[in-house]
Amino acid sequence: MAADADGRRARTVGGLLRAGVTLAAAVVAAGGIPYLVAHGFERPDYTAFRGEPPALRSAAGILRDALSGDSRGVIQLGILILLATPVARVALLLGDFVREGDRLYVAVTAVVLGVLAFSLLGSGFL
Amino acid sequence: MNVLELTGLLAAGACVAGFVGSLTGLGGGVVIVPLLTLALGVDIRYAVGTALVSVIATSSGAAAAYVREGYSNLRLGLFFEVATTLGALAGAYVATRAPTRAIAVAFGLVLLSSAAFSWRRHPAAVREAPPDALAVRLGLTGTFPEPSGPRAYSPRRIPEAFGLMGVAGVLSGLLGIGSGAFKVVAMDRVMRLPYKVSTTTSNFMIGVTAAASAGIYVARGYVDPGLAMPVVLGVLAGAALGTRVLATARAGALRVFFTGVIVLLAVEMIVQGVRGAL
Repeated sequence: MAADADGRRARTVGGLLRAGVTLAAAVVAAGGIPYLVAHGFERPDYTAFRGEPPALRSAAGILRDALSGDSRGVIQLGILILLATPVARVALLLGDFVREGDRLYVAVTAVVLGVLAFSLLGSGFL
Repeated sequence: MNVLELTGLLAAGACVAGFVGSLTGLGGGVVIVPLLTLALGVDIRYAVGTALVSVIATSSGAAAAYVREGYSNLRLGLFFEVATTLGALAGAYVATRAPTRAIAVAFGLVLLSSAAFSWRRHPAAVREAPPDALAVRLGLTGTFPEPSGPRAYSPRRIPEAFGLMGVAGVLSGLLGIGSGAFKVVAMDRVMRLPYKVSTTTSNFMIGVTAAASAGIYVARGYVDPGLAMPVVLGVLAGAALGTRVLATARAGALRVFFTGVIVLLAVEMIVQGVRGAL
């Protein structure tokens, strides 16, 4: 029985990861093509660190910028989806262990999700 | 160099990084960081932000296949993520006050010494010993696919490995790396797990370790869409290729490949530490 549950869990987690990276890649490409068309022949300068503009530094800013149609904002939204994928994977597993009543792993996943949430909230990114 | 040329070059480099990362359980930063800083003259902060994105892409892209195929041990990965994420948080917290250059050099030396014996196979006595009692209680035993059918294994020395995962997490937070090398060595040498289980479970974990510090890097403006775009797409393509190779590759060949890559990584860490690039 345990082996069956583990096999099903593996398929669900694999499916979530695949969906996350596919969506992220699609959004990154959707921003990447217009970005290359508009800026492809410019000479980029990354030798000195200037940092990204505030609009590309927080989840809310990125969402606003992407919705306004800025190609760099759309790419950054794809990156955001990519960064959210491992967090979503932990949340999915937490729900799964709660349903199964596996107390030890409910506690394990809850701690991991808690640390991730603490770090994301503390960064000023959300 | 214009944006189109830079994008093409980065996509090709990222494809190699994704391939190497998915086969070794490392994040691919070993390829991305020197490509950006040494070959293209990109500032180290942009390079670290881009490498972090590459770690998450390698991990999620390859784990999608490894988890379904039954290579990664989900419970073991989750159990150790407690140690790696707490460690990463602690490391990031003290990073501004810690001697990161000295730590980078020390980490490089640890990697070099582990490379010296990482090519050795486990003795048969270990492979055939009865399962570890603590591993059974925590539900950490498992099986993984081999050409001859599923093979059972049991992790050993779990408390020591848990401590080492905490150290790996601290290194991630301090140095902005995925520290997959440390994780693979802990699982392979300390826990005596089958090689493919060690690398694929490390691959499964590094995405979450990296996600723990991703918010901080985005908020500091280290993640640039122009650099991240070709890296994400290239890494995902390379990782997809790597997961196909892993299924048929011999563990011995992967071990030799891994040893070569960590020697390179060790030299990089030592050089960065001495030059003060971190």
